[in-house]
Amino acid sequence: MTLNRRLVYAVVSSALAILFALAVSAVILAVSGNNPLEAYGQMFEYGVRVDSLASAVNRAVPLYFSAMAVALGFKMGLFNIGVEGQYRIAVLVAAAVGGAIALPAPLHVLVIMATAMAVGAVWSGFAGYLKIKRGVHEVISSIMLNYVATGVGAFLLANWLRQENQAGDLVIKTPEIAPSGRLPSLNRVLELFGMDPGRVNLYGMAVVAVAAGVGFHMLINRTRFGFELRASGSSPGAAEMAGIDPKRMVLLTMVISGAIAGLVGMAHLLGFFHRYTIDFPTMLGFTGIAVALLGRNHPVGMAGGALLFGWFDRATQILDLRGIPKEIVFILQGVILLSVVVAYAVVEVRIRAAESQVVTGALREEES
Amino acid sequence: MTSLLSPRERLLGTHRWLWLVLGVVAVLSVTRILAGTPDLTSSGTFGSALRLGTPIFLAGLGGVYAERVGIVNIGLEGMLILGTWFGAWAGWQWGPWMGLAIGVAAGALGGLLHALATVTFNVDHIVSGVAINILALGGMRFLSVVTYSGDTGGGATQSPPISDVIGKASAPVLSGGEILGWESPDLLGNLEDQRWLFLSDLAGLLRGLTVDVSWAVILAVALVPASWWFLWKTPLGLRMRSVGEHPVAAESLGVKVYQMKYLGVVLSGGMAGLGGAMLVTEFARIYREGQTGGRGFIGLASMIMGNWRPGGAAAAGGLFGFTFALELRDEPAVHALLLLIALVGGALGIWMGYRRRWAPAIWLVGTAATALAVFLSTDSIPREFVFIAPYVTTLVVMALASQHLRMPAADGRPYRRGQQL
Amino acid sequence: MHFGRRITLPLGNFAGSVGRVSAVAIELLQITKRFPGVIANDRIDLAVREGDIHAVVGENGAGKSTLMKILYGMLIPDEGEIRIRGKSVSMVSAKDAIDAGIGMVHQHFMLAEQMTVLENVILGAEPRSGLKIDFGDAKRRIAETSREGTLDPDRLVEELSVGEKQRVEITKVLFRGAQILILDEPTAVLVPQEVQELFRSLRELRDRGVTIIFISHKLDEVLEIADRITVIRAGRTVASVDPAGTTTRELAELMVGAELPTPDIRESTVQPEVLLEAEGLGSRSEDGDRWVIEDMTFRIRRGEVLGIAGVEGNGQRELVEVLMGIRPVHTGRVRLDGEEIDSLSTLHRREAGMGLIPADRHGRGLLLESPLWENAMLGHQGSRPFARGLLVDSNGARRRTEEVVEAFDVRTPGVDVKIHALSGGNQQKLLVGKEMLATPTVLLASHPTRGIDVGAQAAVWESIRTARSKGLGVLLISADLDELIGLSDTLMVILRGRLVATLDPGMITPVQLGAHMTGADG
Repeated sequence: MTLNRRLVYAVVSSALAILFALAVSAVILAVSGNNPLEAYGQMFEYGVRVDSLASAVNRAVPLYFSAMAVALGFKMGLFNIGVEGQYRIAVLVAAAVGGAIALPAPLHVLVIMATAMAVGAVWSGFAGYLKIKRGVHEVISSIMLNYVATGVGAFLLANWLRQENQAGDLVIKTPEIAPSGRLPSLNRVLELFGMDPGRVNLYGMAVVAVAAGVGFHMLINRTRFGFELRASGSSPGAAEMAGIDPKRMVLLTMVISGAIAGLVGMAHLLGFFHRYTIDFPTMLGFTGIAVALLGRNHPVGMAGGALLFGWFDRATQILDLRGIPKEIVFILQGVILLSVVVAYAVVEVRIRAAESQVVTGALREEES
Repeated sequence: MTSLLSPRERLLGTHRWLWLVLGVVAVLSVTRILAGTPDLTSSGTFGSALRLGTPIFLAGLGGVYAERVGIVNIGLEGMLILGTWFGAWAGWQWGPWMGLAIGVAAGALGGLLHALATVTFNVDHIVSGVAINILALGGMRFLSVVTYSGDTGGGATQSPPISDVIGKASAPVLSGGEILGWESPDLLGNLEDQRWLFLSDLAGLLRGLTVDVSWAVILAVALVPASWWFLWKTPLGLRMRSVGEHPVAAESLGVKVYQMKYLGVVLSGGMAGLGGAMLVTEFARIYREGQTGGRGFIGLASMIMGNWRPGGAAAAGGLFGFTFALELRDEPAVHALLLLIALVGGALGIWMGYRRRWAPAIWLVGTAATALAVFLSTDSIPREFVFIAPYVTTLVVMALASQHLRMPAADGRPYRRGQQL
Repeated sequence: MHFGRRITLPLGNFAGSVGRVSAVAIELLQITKRFPGVIANDRIDLAVREGDIHAVVGENGAGKSTLMKILYGMLIPDEGEIRIRGKSVSMVSAKDAIDAGIGMVHQHFMLAEQMTVLENVILGAEPRSGLKIDFGDAKRRIAETSREGTLDPDRLVEELSVGEKQRVEITKVLFRGAQILILDEPTAVLVPQEVQELFRSLRELRDRGVTIIFISHKLDEVLEIADRITVIRAGRTVASVDPAGTTTRELAELMVGAELPTPDIRESTVQPEVLLEAEGLGSRSEDGDRWVIEDMTFRIRRGEVLGIAGVEGNGQRELVEVLMGIRPVHTGRVRLDGEEIDSLSTLHRREAGMGLIPADRHGRGLLLESPLWENAMLGHQGSRPFARGLLVDSNGARRRTEEVVEAFDVRTPGVDVKIHALSGGNQQKLLVGKEMLATPTVLLASHPTRGIDVGAQAAVWESIRTARSKGLGVLLISADLDELIGLSDTLMVILRGRLVATLDPGMITPVQLGAHMTGADG
């Protein structure tokens, strides 16, 4: 019963936050001389096309991994704000490894993914190590590590990992990954249902994402580690008294979070780019924080959040063609984020009070 | 260290800082001579360090104001971004001084939003801060597209240049400043040119801080003692700090906790906004996306290293400004930093060994040896590593300093009016 | 049942204050305050005469603190009237109360530890010169107010002793010119010697004409200091009596409304077998500079309760942490049931038979946002019935939690309820019950009855007594000297990280014990 109440509150408050963000964005569009109704109409029309929906899923998949990486930290009160740096350095190294080796199909992909997870884990592990050994707050250290990742990544790419350019080609990039190291598109599956996404290839990584979501749920709610993680987050003091080593938990959580972060770049790498280039998408790590907050760290909620952000991202692409700045999407996402955290904070107080009241009420009935 | 030193300790503290500065100059001097990089301690480098350090220590001061009232402000970066965009926009329209003023206002508005979320709605401070960072970044992208499309000279990611610069001043007699049209001697400049051990380096430092300093920088530097005086010597400052230490006690004595928190966070945003605007008026003269480069976060780190005090935050901000200055000015000087690491690491390592603390001793000597080996076997540091120097410095200094610092007791904790302990 | 004693207000019989002006300083009429699900104050009446020390007594949860917060403007009553010197006032913030000349010394010190005495005292009432704080004037006035003059205004509060902190609190209130002083459980944190010192200052203040409202549940102290006593039970005023004409027993029955439980253990159940043994145990602080516990040697036998008495902050917490394996052992060793446990992790120690009731229920015992069954699991998450291998067995955990709820009478609608929704007493019963059902060899119980109601307190005492008679060894740490003397088979005194005395609980009074605790008695 309590669960349902929480669910209702979560859904209603998210919906209100999204409506509020749409309203704020409408005002901003109107003030900047654009017709908001036209803009939203165009977005909707364009956004419900099959290719747009497939593209929205493609955009959602990396955000989902990124959100899970952040959410795992949140579950124990750690803020891994370094997902950005972790996935960027991970995807670079994984791409270089994938381009350098030749292996049979499933193994090749697995090696690339494992490399990415390992690199992400190590990078995030730095922050965990600094926290437990030197007391450095993980927010500061992981932000600094983001910049260090940018610098180190640029150095590695320019000096060690790049492919020699053909004459006239100025793009710095790693060697291309052979077809055995790519994930097939899911368009065939869509065609079975009579849908044709046209030139968009639905990433095979979407399947991995669903599996990872289920795995995340099991890890958090069904395992001892998950319990210890939540206990440490809820009350570090009580967890310590219960024999949960706080330092071990910090390090372990940061490492696992970093490993998940390593997978953020896989959708684009294995499904589209097949190599790392300097125009590989950025900001996925930061947007993932927003998705984790929007989805309240719950695997289903975060899936919804990722799809929503992915959809907005896709649907606003049409606006430029209509002379409306598509950058309105940043306002939209930013306001959703801010209003959603406010809404949840307000709702949380109510839920607590309601829970207390239910108990007092039940006990009184029992007595009388 | 404690948050409020007695007068006696404070005096000692001032001296400690003085010795520390002299020690740093001495080490830099030796490094400069051994590595043969005169620019390492030139007045030009220190001048850049001051200018580059200013936005950072302003963000750090912003951090002090917020965290002294108990609100963690990770949104400083976003408020810095607001300062850069609005500073550039207003500067483009009405000149640099208006740019600074509007930048402050924009940052303060960001602070107000943070206060609304964290104080009124009790949102987790870090969550709200991150949200503000994301919103500021995206919002300014949108505004750029809307404002600078067409032939303004700007574009989706940058503004047109501001029209004017803020005037500069030099100290007379010491650094050749003018008095009523008379060009006074440049004593420090002469001393610096002698390239003497220590003395020339000290002259470089002093001249860097006193020659061709923008009036805006002077204003910003003046904010440091002013903030200390305000927070530690006035009734309002005491009330603000009490809210960060023990809000329930403060409320029980009639202090308006919410108002104090709002004030602190809005001032915090204003400081960061000023820092952002100065990034525009003092350096780039335009707004450029990504211009802040994490200076808000580095400012936060400066505040922590400065033990949540204005003077400490300013000193740490100056240190980071120095690393940025080397990056900007002179790559050989960055290369010389390796020698510096070797010298300092070696000395500290030997000291630790003398005190029989073997683990840190081995660690330090190992680092020193590595740095020395790299210094001797290379001629320059790759551009990418020069870029990360300030961030690595932040990490290293935080790793060394974090355990010895004390933040305000109620920092980061949620507070509701009428709550129990 | 007690109507015969009930005296209607305002009162007619002033035997205890002959010759004193008997104007009413402060008067509460029919004050009612409701919280979701509870009526904390139900039509409370209270009249305090000018220049009296007026005690308000009642057990935990009776509504005293709510009443005082109302008096101090921190809570606004739903109904009723407050009159100060006959004039009806409405106070909506602490500031209103301060302006009305009311000052409050809270049960938990309201002091900013990292600020100086001076800053704490002047906060909110700063003397100014221009824009600045007038530090000179402030120091002069503090010296005048605190009379004894031993408070150094430039010291940091964190460096002060408990008694000194309380003096800062009182100075703070007087600095604001308060004529009515509310003290909420002021003696809870003091040892008997410090209590006497406090009482001296209070009498002196009374002689200066200050009206004092003294809230407590320690009845002998109340009888000693008060000129008038008002008893509150379950949110209502049940009586207002003269201390000269009453006894602790009568007061206690008024407070509880029933026969009293006592913590006494009748016969010894101690058997020869040693369950927990510490030898020369020592542990240094994190920075390595000083010993937090030093050279501790003690034995707990089967069926024995070893009580540890001491002023808080003398190493009790650290002792528990060392025994639980959270702090490192630097000297000596610990044996549990004959086995050395020095190398075991905290969880392994628990699995080896070490039970724990932590001192700080909310900070170190419970996951407030989690359901009961997850709380019952905490500390036993590695073993059946809570876990199966690496997985959580939520059905097993729920069943076990239901057993705890049943056996220890935890009042809850179910085990899936979030534990923050339960009362403190029921939370504590769950904490105690889950440890007991895990059948530990030795139980470390820190302040097992702190801040819970009398009913739950009796239940906790009963369960410790039952387990003891079945052979459990208990290390009992408590600040409640009656509890310590009543439950323990042996008493040891902890002072600055050392065990300084071993005493027979059958032969000692609280006052003697207090002397040992402060080191006043070699």
